[in-house]
Amino acid sequence: MPTTVPAYGKEAAERLASMADVTADDGALRRFLHGLPGVDAVGLQARAATLGTRSIKTTAKAYAIDLAISMIDLTTLEGADTPGKVRALCAKGINPDPTDRTAPKVAAICVYGDMVATAKEALTGSGIQVAAVATAFPSGRASLPVKLADTRDAVAAGADEIDMVIDRGAFLSGRYLDVFEEIRQVKEACVREDGSGTAAHLKVIFETGELQTYDNVRRASWLAMLAGADFIKTSTGKVAVNATPPVTLVLLEAVRDFRAATGVQVGVKPAGGIRTTKDAIKYLVMVNETLGDEWLSPEWFRFGASSLLNDLLMQRQKLSTGRYSGPDYVTVD
Amino acid sequence: MPVFEYAPAPESRAVVDIAPSYGLFIDGEFAEAGDGKVFKTLSPSSEEALSEVAQAGVEDVDRAVKAARKAFETWSALPGSERAKYLFRIARIIQERSRELAVLESLDNGKPIRESRDADLPLVAAHFFYYAGWADKLAHAGYGPDPRPLGVAGQIIPWNFPLLMLAWKIAPALACGNTVVLKPAETTPLSALFFADICRQAGLPKGVVNIVTGDGSTGAELVAHPGIDKVAFTGSTEVGKAIARTVAGTRKKVTLELGGKAANIVFDDAPIDQAIEGIIGGIFFNQGHVCCAGSRLLVQESVQDELLDALKRRMNTLRVGDPLDKNTDIGAINSAEQLARIRALADAGEAEGAERWAPQCELPSSGYWFAPTLFTGVTQAHRIAREEIFGPVLSVLTFRTPEEAVAKANNTPYGLSAGIWTEKGSRILWMANKLRAGVVWSNTFNKFDPASPFGGYKESGYGREGGLHGLEAYLDV
Amino acid sequence: MAARAACTAWRHTSMSDRNDRLSVLKTYKLFVGGKFPRSESGRVYEVTTATSAAGAAGKGTWLANAPLASRKDARDAVVAARKAFGGWSGATAYNRGQILYRVAEMLEGRRDQFAREVGDAEGLGKSKAAAVVDAAIDRWVWYAGWSDKTAQIAGSANPVAGPYFNLSAPEPTGVVALLAPQDSSFLGLVSVIAPAIVTGNTTVVAAAEGAPLPALSLAEVLATSDLPGGVVNVLSGRTAEIAAPLAAHQDVNAIDLAGADAELATELEKAAADNLKRVLRPQPVDWAADPGTARLLAFLETKTVWHPMGV
Repeated sequence: MPTTVPAYGKEAAERLASMADVTADDGALRRFLHGLPGVDAVGLQARAATLGTRSIKTTAKAYAIDLAISMIDLTTLEGADTPGKVRALCAKGINPDPTDRTAPKVAAICVYGDMVATAKEALTGSGIQVAAVATAFPSGRASLPVKLADTRDAVAAGADEIDMVIDRGAFLSGRYLDVFEEIRQVKEACVREDGSGTAAHLKVIFETGELQTYDNVRRASWLAMLAGADFIKTSTGKVAVNATPPVTLVLLEAVRDFRAATGVQVGVKPAGGIRTTKDAIKYLVMVNETLGDEWLSPEWFRFGASSLLNDLLMQRQKLSTGRYSGPDYVTVD
Repeated sequence: MPVFEYAPAPESRAVVDIAPSYGLFIDGEFAEAGDGKVFKTLSPSSEEALSEVAQAGVEDVDRAVKAARKAFETWSALPGSERAKYLFRIARIIQERSRELAVLESLDNGKPIRESRDADLPLVAAHFFYYAGWADKLAHAGYGPDPRPLGVAGQIIPWNFPLLMLAWKIAPALACGNTVVLKPAETTPLSALFFADICRQAGLPKGVVNIVTGDGSTGAELVAHPGIDKVAFTGSTEVGKAIARTVAGTRKKVTLELGGKAANIVFDDAPIDQAIEGIIGGIFFNQGHVCCAGSRLLVQESVQDELLDALKRRMNTLRVGDPLDKNTDIGAINSAEQLARIRALADAGEAEGAERWAPQCELPSSGYWFAPTLFTGVTQAHRIAREEIFGPVLSVLTFRTPEEAVAKANNTPYGLSAGIWTEKGSRILWMANKLRAGVVWSNTFNKFDPASPFGGYKESGYGREGGLHGLEAYLDV
Repeated sequence: MAARAACTAWRHTSMSDRNDRLSVLKTYKLFVGGKFPRSESGRVYEVTTATSAAGAAGKGTWLANAPLASRKDARDAVVAARKAFGGWSGATAYNRGQILYRVAEMLEGRRDQFAREVGDAEGLGKSKAAAVVDAAIDRWVWYAGWSDKTAQIAGSANPVAGPYFNLSAPEPTGVVALLAPQDSSFLGLVSVIAPAIVTGNTTVVAAAEGAPLPALSLAEVLATSDLPGGVVNVLSGRTAEIAAPLAAHQDVNAIDLAGADAELATELEKAAADNLKRVLRPQPVDWAADPGTARLLAFLETKTVWHPMGV
């Protein structure tokens, strides 16, 4: 197995170059993606459900709750967002539990591109990343130049991470190379123009609820990783079906197999619909038993969520005090 | 040390109240054995004695058969709809008491609570529900307008799924109008004795279900008793053959569900992650104490390396230990005797030149344990490729073509089950057609359902349990 | 044998109607793997007409010397049956049905011959014997029609509680040893062979000990009915002698004990336990009555196939 390099590192590009033959043209890419092992839906769902029966108690639960908090991309993606709302969210991200300063901070604040500067300023010195959704989020229906401009704009405003959406229309109609090229160009647009040579990390959203089949999700995962994704992400949170344990399991298997093949380590972010501590722990168990320690950190696994944080905080209070908490003891956002 | 270590999550033992001793359940009453003999039943995970149960002798068996015969007159004369309601009651009570029964089963058998809770008990209740519904519909089963029961059924069940095997035996027998004398396995008598209490709660007429505990000699007395009309046995092929000899020349109807050495066949176009789960579940479910276990992995040579890497990686995540811990995947081996057999065969595998591998795992110091084990480089000639190990030991063989896979899969005196993993539909159907096995799981493994007939070809036994086909075993047809 | 043959009366049909012509006698042979060998033992035994309607042959008029099959003949027959199993069980049900029907057609054309042989074998008058043959021919037709219906009455779609397609279908058990009934040399014989083979089993038949000639002649019909060699193998001789190696044979999957008495049946059932053969115990049968489906279903295995349903 090749040595591991992070997807956002410089060496990753060389590793991907070794796979250039499979992305050389539409035909090669299609043959490669269609040559990936199939996913049996029922077996996959059964495996995810079994992992969901793990019983995480006491010390393990306390560890999992803090880990989950530290992995949250605390998100507000509303048409009604204002700088005030974003600042409030940032404050919460830094100090999730005002009554307990031992609660860890979240991983990132996720906002629309026009709120990046506000968030960046509010988070100064916190170590919390600013993630911006881009590329005509959530539908992805805009021309490539607009998507690239959207990305550059967010990067210029200081975004540390870009959450792009793929063109599901192109994917579902089999124009894999178009999707590949778009991701590749967005990745290039993530490079900061300040001459630092650094780049915002790129998360690629598949909107798995629209891809419908697990085979498609696996193909999309490989397609994105070949194109240079630093993270692969399930959903926008804006459609009927968002992150589910089986879909996330497909992503976890994909990053595992991709690293085995190329040595490039890619992160995973389920997003949308994860609201309870119980759910979050199920995902962590899945990461633990599919990928192990190396992915069990905010660097490699994130939750795209908003209301999840409060439930984690209430469970955290329950563990430390022994009594059940209530919504009045956590902050409204 | 992993960063995410699961803390112990034990299921409470307090939900089950095990008495210090149990008698035989005959004619609706618990009674000591005529000669007062008893034996202890152990918890295989700790070697702690759980209780003392009566050892039924020849006179006790005779009493049980007579009680069943007497009860048969009235039970078989009941309208099917009434028998159905008793069985529905039993099903419901099992659901109500499932937590207690799951803990009991894990204690007495050693299986993980996750399995007794999520597999055994739901299937036990489902089986009673399924056959309850048949009791008043037998005229529609295809055996004529008024199929008759056989009479008294002598039933002998194994220790691997004690309560589930009881359900497989008792539910169809009672639905068809028979009465039963059931002998649970020597090492796992408790859940059957608790079932006696469920019969009491359900108001089942006396003598319809009789439970005689004991060892193989009790079973032999039961099989040979002239007062029984039917023998149903699940267990080893060796004992199955002895039973077939015993009943020769009698009118006793027999069904036998015996051993297996199932091939789990993985093609290079398999859904690999699900195949890995199927292989793991196929051999490590219930510590491999499963007659239909996928104990021979036949993997296409072109994906052998990739598959074995994935399999080992997955085996590294298996959690072996306390059966009552909700996160345990592999529990205790049921008995010292079985552990010795598994060890002997695994040693033979090594001695014959196969390569042995097991993940690092710490085994508890008391109780009977065997780490999940993989043998590669196994050939058809090795003992571990031919003999049923009945433990968490997987033998890996390879093949190159579908024809070779079928030839190797069928090259065994057994014929209970088989697995096929490929994304190609026509190949699945071709393979399923060629495999000489009673149950073929394609792109899945070890699935059970009361509506689905189960049973073997060749030396895996005869007759079917479950489904419409399962009725035939208990009707005079 | 030869010594006894000398003191037996000449077969009454041995002279043709034209008294001046000596008729040609038939040498009866075994039927193994589609060929007609003599017994490898070189032994024969004499077959005579029945002396009573019950068919107890042995003291009547000499009919023929039938092969006295040995253990080795039984072994060869099993090998032939096993070899034929793949092809026959793999043939389409339609094809098997067509072949069984063809047997009926061929028999119809040789009705008179069989009526004579059955009459001799069972001590029946001309019209009664003809009626037996007619019933046997009709029985082939009846079973021929079952070929593509058995799976529909013995199979099931199983509504399991999960996302799985689940289907049970019957398959042939394999090589079946058939001890043909002693009391019905032809109708009984057909009634045990046809249900066993129509579902795809291959068979080794021990013909009625005292009246094997209809069975050996049936073999000639089978050989010319497109039935693949080895699907039916016919042995004549002492039932107990042929049955013992068959019951103990590890490559025989099932045994029909119709032609065994209670004592022999018990002994054979015990031997059959060694590889867990499916055993059909002897019971009184009115061979002329509607046979029902019992024998048809006796030598089947139920195979249940699961497959997930998902996208």
